[in-house]
Amino acid sequence: MNPVSGALLGAVIVGALSAVAGLLLPRPARSAVVGVGIAASGVAAVVAGVAAMAGQGASLALPDLLPLSGVVIGVDALGGLFLAVTGGVAVATGIYGMGYCTGGRHGHRTDGRLVQATLPLFVLAMMLVPVAASVGTFLLCWELMALTSLLLVIAEHRRRPAVASAGRWYAVMTQLGLVAILIGLLVFVSNAADGTFAALRVAGHHLSPTVAGLVFVTTLIGFGSKAGMVPLHAWLPRAHPEAPSNVSALMSAAMVNLGVYGIVRVGFDLLGGGPNWWWLLVLSLGALSAVYGILQAAIGTDLKRLLGYSTSENMGLVLIGVGAAGLFASSGDGTLAGLAMAAAMLHIVNHAAFKTLLFQSAGSVVYATGRRDLDDLGGLRVGMPRTTAAFGLGALAASALPPGAAFVSEWLLLQALIHGLPAAGISAAIVMPLAVAAVALTAGLAVATFVKAYGVGFLARPRSPEARSAVESPPSMIAGMAVAGAACIALALLPILVLPAIGAVAGGVVDSGDPVAVTAMTIRLVDVAGSLSPLMLAIALVVGLAATLAGARVFATRRAARAARLWDCGAGPLSARMEYTATSFAEPLQRVFDDVVQAEQDVDVTHHQESSYLVKAVEYRRRVPDRIERRLYDPVLAAMAGWGRAGRRLAPGSVHRYLGYGFYSVCALLILLVVTR
Amino acid sequence: MSLFGTVGIILQLLIVVALSPLLIGLMRQIRALMEGRAGPGIGQPWRDLRKLMRKQPITPRGTTEVFRFAPPLLVATCLAVAAAAPFVTTASELDPVADLFAVVALLTLGTVALALAGLDTGTAFGGMGASRETTIIALVEPTLLVAIFALSVPVGSTNLGAIVTSSLDDPGQVFSPVSLLAAVALIVVIIAETGRLPVDNPSTHLELTMVHEAMVLEYSGPDLAMVELASSMRLTVFLGLLANLFVPWGIATTGAPLVIAAAVLAFVAKVALLGACLAVGEVFLAKLRLFRVPELLAGSFVLGLLAVAASFFLA
Repeated sequence: MNPVSGALLGAVIVGALSAVAGLLLPRPARSAVVGVGIAASGVAAVVAGVAAMAGQGASLALPDLLPLSGVVIGVDALGGLFLAVTGGVAVATGIYGMGYCTGGRHGHRTDGRLVQATLPLFVLAMMLVPVAASVGTFLLCWELMALTSLLLVIAEHRRRPAVASAGRWYAVMTQLGLVAILIGLLVFVSNAADGTFAALRVAGHHLSPTVAGLVFVTTLIGFGSKAGMVPLHAWLPRAHPEAPSNVSALMSAAMVNLGVYGIVRVGFDLLGGGPNWWWLLVLSLGALSAVYGILQAAIGTDLKRLLGYSTSENMGLVLIGVGAAGLFASSGDGTLAGLAMAAAMLHIVNHAAFKTLLFQSAGSVVYATGRRDLDDLGGLRVGMPRTTAAFGLGALAASALPPGAAFVSEWLLLQALIHGLPAAGISAAIVMPLAVAAVALTAGLAVATFVKAYGVGFLARPRSPEARSAVESPPSMIAGMAVAGAACIALALLPILVLPAIGAVAGGVVDSGDPVAVTAMTIRLVDVAGSLSPLMLAIALVVGLAATLAGARVFATRRAARAARLWDCGAGPLSARMEYTATSFAEPLQRVFDDVVQAEQDVDVTHHQESSYLVKAVEYRRRVPDRIERRLYDPVLAAMAGWGRAGRRLAPGSVHRYLGYGFYSVCALLILLVVTR
Repeated sequence: MSLFGTVGIILQLLIVVALSPLLIGLMRQIRALMEGRAGPGIGQPWRDLRKLMRKQPITPRGTTEVFRFAPPLLVATCLAVAAAAPFVTTASELDPVADLFAVVALLTLGTVALALAGLDTGTAFGGMGASRETTIIALVEPTLLVAIFALSVPVGSTNLGAIVTSSLDDPGQVFSPVSLLAAVALIVVIIAETGRLPVDNPSTHLELTMVHEAMVLEYSGPDLAMVELASSMRLTVFLGLLANLFVPWGIATTGAPLVIAAAVLAFVAKVALLGACLAVGEVFLAKLRLFRVPELLAGSFVLGLLAVAASFFLA
């Protein structure tokens, strides 16, 4: 047994045992044991994934385990990367969940039997999706992942009605996505010898362009909706925030990646790349997701919903990379394709790290205050310094500024895009500048989003009694955040540790050599001129900071600092109601993008009876509906409801009518038989 | 590490730190003369800094480390860029460390630190300034990166040294449509990034119009000195980049002392000239409404896009 299959087997066994433990153990020990089990299973998955990326494949066929298709497992480098990412997220969230599931002062207990037994199964399903090597196995794991995650999303449905609604959206959309994937893969399999990926790989090269296009587009719909791709994202900003925060972290940091995995696996590996238009489609949908997602996040005020939209944005950036890689590969530029793919994969890894951290710290805020609305938070740095630091670190990583993790991957992505201009013909000449602009606008809005989330939510003055009396979360939650935070720091400063491996995986996917070379400190691009050293940048900043502080010590006066009152226009003291809120912070952006966002605002002014010049009260309400949802989903839902109402008239409750239906349909059937025979 | 590169870095740092308040002084003096005032002389910003440094530091109640570390971090980002960018020499040791994207991101980091400090105070002014500033940053970013894209296409790299060297080798490139369009786009962006008229008025303290000044309202004494120094360094750095990316002549490519001296003089002259033009322009401009700024930036974005298209179709 080689290390990959050994570690994978270990992960499966530990995961299954923790599910059993979640079912059987009594409450006090339950969440702790399950958390440790998930973390251990995650460690094993990381080992298996890293070994697979290092080139140690493993495969296993168990034809008797399931009827009809059997189970086929195969770990290659691409699957290994996603396995390792999922494992890493599982380690951090497992440790975190030990404390989080106990509920806290204002949070909700999620250490019931059902939730605790489902949690390890969900993690296990996510680990098995990237190692499945036949259509039957893949769909089985995919559905297991969808069902377990659905159960976890609705864990708190008794307490909040929004959870039930989110659960319905998620259930419908995830099953429709499965149907799309099922159709695509079945069409594919019908043209192949059998359902294993090896057979599909052979068949992929002989498919007619129409069939291949059909397979790609249907699977893109299914996988894209899982990845939160606009316009199939409607479930994501509902389900991710309403789930318990450890589940949100798992879904946002690990599950959405598997949508991208599916697109890469089917598009590049099984179908062997494709014509230009596939990848232009992926790239444009990615750009749309990125800009739309971050715009909604920039305007939103719900901390977890904002993070959910940011997931949509980051998957959009990844899809831009994947689309660009496909575009370059189809025009025969292997190195650039490898570079774009490496950027996409590095961004997946980075996103997994910082989104885990961000959702964990948001969960820590919910645990301590029971509130998610930024307009009710603020001042948390006093009571919750560690959570504040964790969120700050995650926000820095997410906003693509040095020294943050996403800066490196977005830099790689931009390099791939700008060097692609001469490479891929006239369509590239139009698409690449727009893609660069989309990435840039995304980066700019991400800065605004996270300045808002951090500055309004954690700094300044508390805006509610809960925020004022917040206390730090238990050590296990802090430890979970510390794991994710350490990963963020390592990825930000030393991406050279993971880039060679990721570059090799990316190069393998698009059949090119390594697109990135690393020296001791610097990342260098191969074949195109470009270099960056995140570590040296950070060192330069630290040196600059030290020099400035030293200079200030030398030249500034030695007098001790004096505390003074804030500038309150002489009318003080300032109250929390005078602060800027998240809503007011985002107001300029909302106005600038009003054509896209179309927020609904109501201002009600009540006047005194004596005079209409004297104002008694002013009430302001603002709602930002998801416009794509409104235009695309509401008409469909309304039509379906309409059909339902129309259908109701057919069933008035009269037995005679029902007997009549039976009689006429038998007659119609008989007539049909007579006519056709 | 070569001696030449090290000397270059030190010289660049010294020039940027020492001369950027003078640049502000020069611009204020030009404005004063054109508006018929005598003006305080170009040394006034340095005298202001010295005065601020001697004042007792004041800590506003309820602020934290975020507020205290923002000014030095802002200065540090400017110092890092001043060390890495090709102002005096193309041989900076830090050139492979940071390219144009990294330089832009570093300068944005400084602004973000200041915006967080503004929010940290918990006053309406701080939040207002932070909100406006981040809005402008978010909208500037696409234009800025597309302009960088246009600049990098003829060279095939975004590394600052490579762009400068390429312009030196092929002087005709400077007058190509690509270069001119990108330059105009970049000028608009720089005006927005450094908070000059018509995007922001650095000499206003009226709450309706403040952007940068609202964020830094709570700073006083040495902290304010750092903020002021940093914002003048920011202007110098941006003007220096503009000058050397488009008109790099005079920059030292060899380590001879005379060449370096000439490079220093050329750099100072170019930045002073650009600053003077900016000051003259500002006399005739009024501040735009905040919600008209996106239109200005959209126009500049179109120019950037045209520059990229031109670089593809004219190549």
